Amino acid sequence: MNESVKNTEATCELLSFRLGGQDYSVDIMSVREIRGSARATSLPHAPPFVRGVINLRGTVLPIVDLAARLGLETGPDTERNVIIVVDQGSRTAGLMVDAVSDILAIPESEMQTPPDMAADNARAFVSALTIVDGRMIRVLDLDAVMPPQGEEAA
Amino acid sequence: MSDPMAEIRASFFVECEELLESLQDGLQAMDDGEDDPETINVVFRAVHSIKGGAGAFGLDDLVHFAHRFETAMDEVRTGRFQPDPAALKIFFQCADILADLVRAARDDESIGEDVTGPVLAALEAMVGMEEEVEEEIDFAPMTLSLDLGAAAPMDLPDLDAAAEIAPIPGALPDLAAPQAAAPSGLPDLSALPPLVDAVDDPIPETSKFNIFEVHFTPEDTLYSSGNEPIYLFRTLRDLGDVHVTCETARLPSLETLNPDSAHLSWRLTITTEETEAAVREVFDFVDGLCTLNVTHKSQPAAIAAPLDSGLAPLTLEQPEPAPAAPAAIPSTNTLPPLAAAPIPPAPIAAPALPEITPEAAPAKAAASAAVEPTEAKAVSKPAPAAKLSEPKTSNATQPRATVRVDLERIDRLVNLVGELVINQAMLSQSVTEAGFAPNSPVATGLEEFMQLTRDIQESVMMIRAQPIKSLFQRMARIIREASSAVSKEVRLNTDGENTEVDKTVIERLADPLTHMIRNAVDHGLESTEDRLAAGKSAEGHVSLSAKHRSGRIVIEVADDGGGINRPKVRQIAIEKGLIPADAQLTDSDIDSLLFLPGFSTASEISNLSGRGVGMDVVRSSIQSLGGRIAITSTPGVGTTFSISLPLTLAVLDGMVVRVAGETLVVPLTAILETLTLTEEDLRTLGPSTHVVQIRGGFVPLLDLGAELGYRGPKESYLGGIVLLIGQEDGNRAALVVDAIEDQRQVVIKGLEASYGRVPGIAAATILGDGQIALILDPVDLVTQASGNTRKIPTNLSLAG
Repeated sequence: MNESVKNTEATCELLSFRLGGQDYSVDIMSVREIRGSARATSLPHAPPFVRGVINLRGTVLPIVDLAARLGLETGPDTERNVIIVVDQGSRTAGLMVDAVSDILAIPESEMQTPPDMAADNARAFVSALTIVDGRMIRVLDLDAVMPPQGEEAA
Repeated sequence: MSDPMAEIRASFFVECEELLESLQDGLQAMDDGEDDPETINVVFRAVHSIKGGAGAFGLDDLVHFAHRFETAMDEVRTGRFQPDPAALKIFFQCADILADLVRAARDDESIGEDVTGPVLAALEAMVGMEEEVEEEIDFAPMTLSLDLGAAAPMDLPDLDAAAEIAPIPGALPDLAAPQAAAPSGLPDLSALPPLVDAVDDPIPETSKFNIFEVHFTPEDTLYSSGNEPIYLFRTLRDLGDVHVTCETARLPSLETLNPDSAHLSWRLTITTEETEAAVREVFDFVDGLCTLNVTHKSQPAAIAAPLDSGLAPLTLEQPEPAPAAPAAIPSTNTLPPLAAAPIPPAPIAAPALPEITPEAAPAKAAASAAVEPTEAKAVSKPAPAAKLSEPKTSNATQPRATVRVDLERIDRLVNLVGELVINQAMLSQSVTEAGFAPNSPVATGLEEFMQLTRDIQESVMMIRAQPIKSLFQRMARIIREASSAVSKEVRLNTDGENTEVDKTVIERLADPLTHMIRNAVDHGLESTEDRLAAGKSAEGHVSLSAKHRSGRIVIEVADDGGGINRPKVRQIAIEKGLIPADAQLTDSDIDSLLFLPGFSTASEISNLSGRGVGMDVVRSSIQSLGGRIAITSTPGVGTTFSISLPLTLAVLDGMVVRVAGETLVVPLTAILETLTLTEEDLRTLGPSTHVVQIRGGFVPLLDLGAELGYRGPKESYLGGIVLLIGQEDGNRAALVVDAIEDQRQVVIKGLEASYGRVPGIAAATILGDGQIALILDPVDLVTQASGNTRKIPTNLSLAG
């Protein structure tokens, strides 16, 4: 894939991944690591998109099934499922995605605000859009996809 | 912290906390009727040291308060004022305010005169102090210089001052005690002439010390060959305590002074374990350049001699010592300041100087040594002095050797050991799976490894453990404040304050305990009149005790009040609709009503308790610590709350169970027993619930899988395994699980930080296979349980 880097302009580095047949991305600075999926221990009374928690080298990491979170079609869990561990503020969570595709450097100017549309579930979670090689990349609003804190989930 | 001053400041405040603690201890001991001078001295020293340190940091409010408090304490110490209980109350108040001031100073806040003023006024009125109080306490470094031409050092008015100082050691009958000599080391430095030597060497009693008197008279060549007496003296100081007196008798007047020749000689008294040869060796380099006279003396008292001999004592403590004078003096009329080194700021400004009692001094010396920017008394080493006298002065409060470590580091260690335990569990699982024989070297090695891991874990947990004393001291203050708020005479007795418990437990106990103490004072104890009418002492007693019991810590708060007024409690509960009017309740059932949310027995809301936060909050905070609270009460005799807590919040003994394909850990402390359900045990109740009959009692049956939302209720629970869960309030519940797998110690991993609170779940842990298992919070689970153990045809979506 081509990278449209312009040295004169501020660029955003994004990690892009596939999810339910769509292209999404997150700011690479918030990505801590990428790891294969592991069996998660389910949490009682958790919303359906919280898969549970896994052991990430001794810490308890909540896993968000991103497809379920965005209201996308969730196929059966395949071996290809990947967990992107992201830091958002003081919190860390794992995002379960279909596959990680690429690292992109996008000039700020090419980032577009998503158009105002009716209450589309996915719309609330997307902070920007950009086009790379004719494909639309959605930039995730991490704050919105993080698992809800505590009991409000129940 | 990169700013060294900030660091020193921080350590001063840490020290203050310790001093405040010993202050509290001392006052408590005095309150308990101890009038041992040492106890009083501990109190005095604590206040004094805080004042000294505060002075060094320019914390004026603190200094002034501490100074006046100290002056009052000094009256007590000297026996001029005999404290009575009322006086001690004021002392306690002062100590509390002092603590507040320290904290305010630390947080850069300030406490107004309106707080300190009345207490100080009461204090001074009581002790009957003269109005000299605000003695000048000047901490600014100052420079004194002398014009030697005008007056020879010895006929400066200094001599009078010296004479005033000098008699002190002599006047003390017990010169042999090491402390005895110390006081004059603490003269008010701003008032003292620089030339007066401090006769402050503690004189060790033990006979293994040799005392040598050295008379050292340098010749001109000593200086011209580049030697410097100060270095010799410093070397001597390494051998032991050195006392230096300079003889200036041969010093000519300035007009006739030859700057190139030597005019001074010294008399040194060395108290050392070394031999005479060692002392002589120091002077090896100046052999032949001086007249040296070393005599062995065994009479310690002789140390006071130099002062009597009419010599002007000259202190060596200045960076620019006198010996430099002959070489440096130009032929002008003015001398460079002979002893013009800046006088160190005087944190030990000594209003109490004239009547210093011996014991107080070493601590002063030690304390001031810690804060003095310039070494005030270089000649006698302050450190050994303090050390020598420490064991004598304070057996009770003698600190053990400790290291201050950042809590974060310990927590990291605790976490790492947690990892180690998990890792070891994983390893042992793989070893088992690999099919090694139990007696194979691998298996036995692993066994030892496990043993060691357990030991390490225990030791690490011990690091976090702290005596519960600090908490008890805070409670003592609560008692004082609470009792004065409701005007009851209350005495706090504490027991087992050295019981150690995890620091976090201590921190999180403070609020519930405060509440319970206030309750005990406000509701537990009767009014003074009622007490007298009931034939009790006017003074109410609240006791606070802590002890270890079978791996837990048990804290009891007891009062000797009227006990729980059960009819009244019952009445209120009915009025508030907490129980039906015809409820049949046992005494302990009634007592437990106190823990119900929204229950408060105070008929009118006092300004102390009854602010809507009730015992239910206390109970839930105790429970969140994995603790239990129980209440026992005897009418007319008193009420006892007993709290039982785990020693640590980091590990837990649990039963590993399987439910609906998930592994869960149930805290062992909650499980009363396990049983298998038979047909006789199981009874249906209502449309959707079961109860289990256990030895004549009925217990609600809860399906753990259904309660946690893992699955719907099962078709049949026959043959199911249940855990009988007991709660603090005596309520029980039977939890259905699919299988019991193991019983083991697990490391607790909080869920709150990463995800948030999950109803019914206390925390998580990592099992041997690396999987996370949730740790159940049985109490929370049971309180929130639906109790659905039968499928209701209209509601099939239970498995949500």
